[in-house]
Amino acid sequence: MAYLDHAATTPMLPQALDAYVRTARALGNASSLHGSGRTARRTVEEARERIGEALGAKPGEVIFTGSGTEADNLAVKGVHWSRRAEGRNLVVTTAIEHHAIADAVAWLGDHEKADVTELPVDKLGRVDTAVLADLLESRGAEVTVLTCMWANNEVGTLQPVAEIAALAQAHGIPVHTDAIQAVGHVPVDFAASGAAALALSGHKLGGPTGTGALLLRRDVKAVPLLHGGGQEREIRSGTLDVPGIAALAEAVAHAVRTQEVESQRLALLRDSLVEGIRALVPDSIYNGDPDSRLPGNAHFSFPGCEGDALLMLLDAAGVECATGSACSAGIAQPSHVLLAMGADADDARSSLRFTLGWSTTKADVDALLAAIPEAVRRAKTAGLSLRLIT
Amino acid sequence: MSGGVDSAVAAARAVEAGHDVTGVHLALSKNPQTYRTGARGCCTIEDSRDARRAADVIGIPFYIWDMAERFHEDVVEDFYAEYANGRTPNPCLRCNEKIKFAAVLDRAMALGFDAVATGHYARKGDDGLLRRAVDPGKDQSYVLAVLTPAQLAHSIFPLGDTPKDQVRTEAETRGLAVAQKPDSHDICFIADGDTSGFLKNRLGAKEGEIVDAASGEVLGSHDGSHQFTIGQRHGLGLKRPAADGRPRYVLSITPVDNRVQVGPREALRVDRIRTGRPVWLAPERTGSFDAEVQLRAHGEVYPARVTADGDGLTARLRKPAFGVAAGQALVVYDPDAGDGDAVLASGTIEETGGADEPASADESALSLSGTESTRG
Repeated sequence: MAYLDHAATTPMLPQALDAYVRTARALGNASSLHGSGRTARRTVEEARERIGEALGAKPGEVIFTGSGTEADNLAVKGVHWSRRAEGRNLVVTTAIEHHAIADAVAWLGDHEKADVTELPVDKLGRVDTAVLADLLESRGAEVTVLTCMWANNEVGTLQPVAEIAALAQAHGIPVHTDAIQAVGHVPVDFAASGAAALALSGHKLGGPTGTGALLLRRDVKAVPLLHGGGQEREIRSGTLDVPGIAALAEAVAHAVRTQEVESQRLALLRDSLVEGIRALVPDSIYNGDPDSRLPGNAHFSFPGCEGDALLMLLDAAGVECATGSACSAGIAQPSHVLLAMGADADDARSSLRFTLGWSTTKADVDALLAAIPEAVRRAKTAGLSLRLIT
Repeated sequence: MSGGVDSAVAAARAVEAGHDVTGVHLALSKNPQTYRTGARGCCTIEDSRDARRAADVIGIPFYIWDMAERFHEDVVEDFYAEYANGRTPNPCLRCNEKIKFAAVLDRAMALGFDAVATGHYARKGDDGLLRRAVDPGKDQSYVLAVLTPAQLAHSIFPLGDTPKDQVRTEAETRGLAVAQKPDSHDICFIADGDTSGFLKNRLGAKEGEIVDAASGEVLGSHDGSHQFTIGQRHGLGLKRPAADGRPRYVLSITPVDNRVQVGPREALRVDRIRTGRPVWLAPERTGSFDAEVQLRAHGEVYPARVTADGDGLTARLRKPAFGVAAGQALVVYDPDAGDGDAVLASGTIEETGGADEPASADESALSLSGTESTRG
């Protein structure tokens, strides 16, 4: 089986799994005052320090959460609520955010009566900073929070987060960045980025699912989503998941330490995948920024094919990948990212995302290249048969 | 795999028969409801989860195919159009004709599959003919009688030889959680079961007259002729009883002038039926032959003399039918107690006539009748 869906989830690194199992055997609530509690607390604080060190953050800026989605929600809603004031109720987002951001922002608009503005992207999927500069000139004083992902989860395009943060800083606006696809895959330095908040998720970088963290500058206030024991800076409540946190720190430290070498390895593999597909399927369209993108991401449209038909055929041939679409009730919707990049609805539904990770080898790429011509041939025969050709 | 017990057991049996099986759930609504309510509807998110869990237990891959646009255009729009024309469509039959054994089968064949297997209760004989299921209460050959021989050749019905209660028992034995899930029997895209309200929503409300078919006397009013079905007795809202005190039934619906005619039950009597162009599931016949005909899903069977010409079928019933709906299918069976009655042909009912009238000459003598359509 060739697994080319590492952006969905990537296998746990052996050292992270070891750290998890080792810590899970130990007893102790990190908030308890006795010896077992202190041992657990020590594990948590060492993890906090390791993550901070790996990502250019102070330990006190690391807030552990139960997922990347929670970190994103906490940043966007929490910062919006804390800064909402007379004349300041505008949330600025982009057209290509993951649902963890996009739906949280939409909820702020629908339910909390926030104003919402979406920054457009160019055809490579890169946020237009000129539009942002204009917006901030005219409405900068109204903005509660600005959110822009570090790297797009579908097409892999890297975003100019530092440039955006610099623009926002001039207006005193805190910037949140969803770096869930970026941490461990490209260099990420929280302090240098100028962002006020940054979300990461364990299972995208070799840590456990159900772990995440929000890096939040000490001077930025966020209203909590969860109320309770106030374990994390009074901003996030919930008994700390000590083994999950230990494993997350192990994974972050490893992924960041090996990032440069690993990205080069993945980029080479990815480039051979891209060249192979272009040669085998000449009418395929390589989406996203060809240069400034995640090293393990290759995203294609296959005109005349349904993405979900291709996925099924490749799945049957032992190759696992993702359609480039979001799923709603199991029904593939045209990707909002591709639509924002100017693709038409048919191309947006004909796309596949191949994502490589630490366990990917040349054999995986070869398996895909062996299976893709027949899959495309059959999918083309089936065509866009599910829909009316109008 | 709808998420019901039948398609789950059908899939399990197809696997056991040695086929390489993939489970497919059809998404027929762009905005599916989260949970099913009672026995209504079949395309909720909960149903797709049930189907997925069944596929897990059976051990087959499972995918959802988005057929919402095709379904809306070919089935739902057709449903509206037929009612707007005073006819009574059978959407399940249309779905089999246009979606399950057409769009789905075409796509499956293109993707490298050989056949579509469903949980329909029908048999396919060694001769390739479509035959009634052994369970007469569940037989669905009627709603499959629109399949061409080519479609039929690529269809598998693993449940035709088994009574429904045994299918449930088998599901239980196989560990399928849907074993006791209630049958769905209403029109799947009308989630609340309110067909009248569904039609009114789209076709609008417009006041019209209810008149006595014999005297022409105006007896009352209604707010849209599509609210009625032929043979309907209740809900007419007539203030005065008939002169003879007997119940009155809807005899005909004329959408053009939005008029509903009512009269006594005898006036619903039908002895001759004419269809549009037939579909032949068996080798085509010409001329006249004796057969049995069925006029609605799970409806009564009538011995008949059937005459086939190129344009349609004419059935002369040996015993009268009451309340026959234009838009429903006339399905012609060759009786066979041993292997199950074989479907010869079907055609959409266009015209019906009483005992002493020619079957198609005088339009005013025709009754365009409706019945409840039944899912399948």
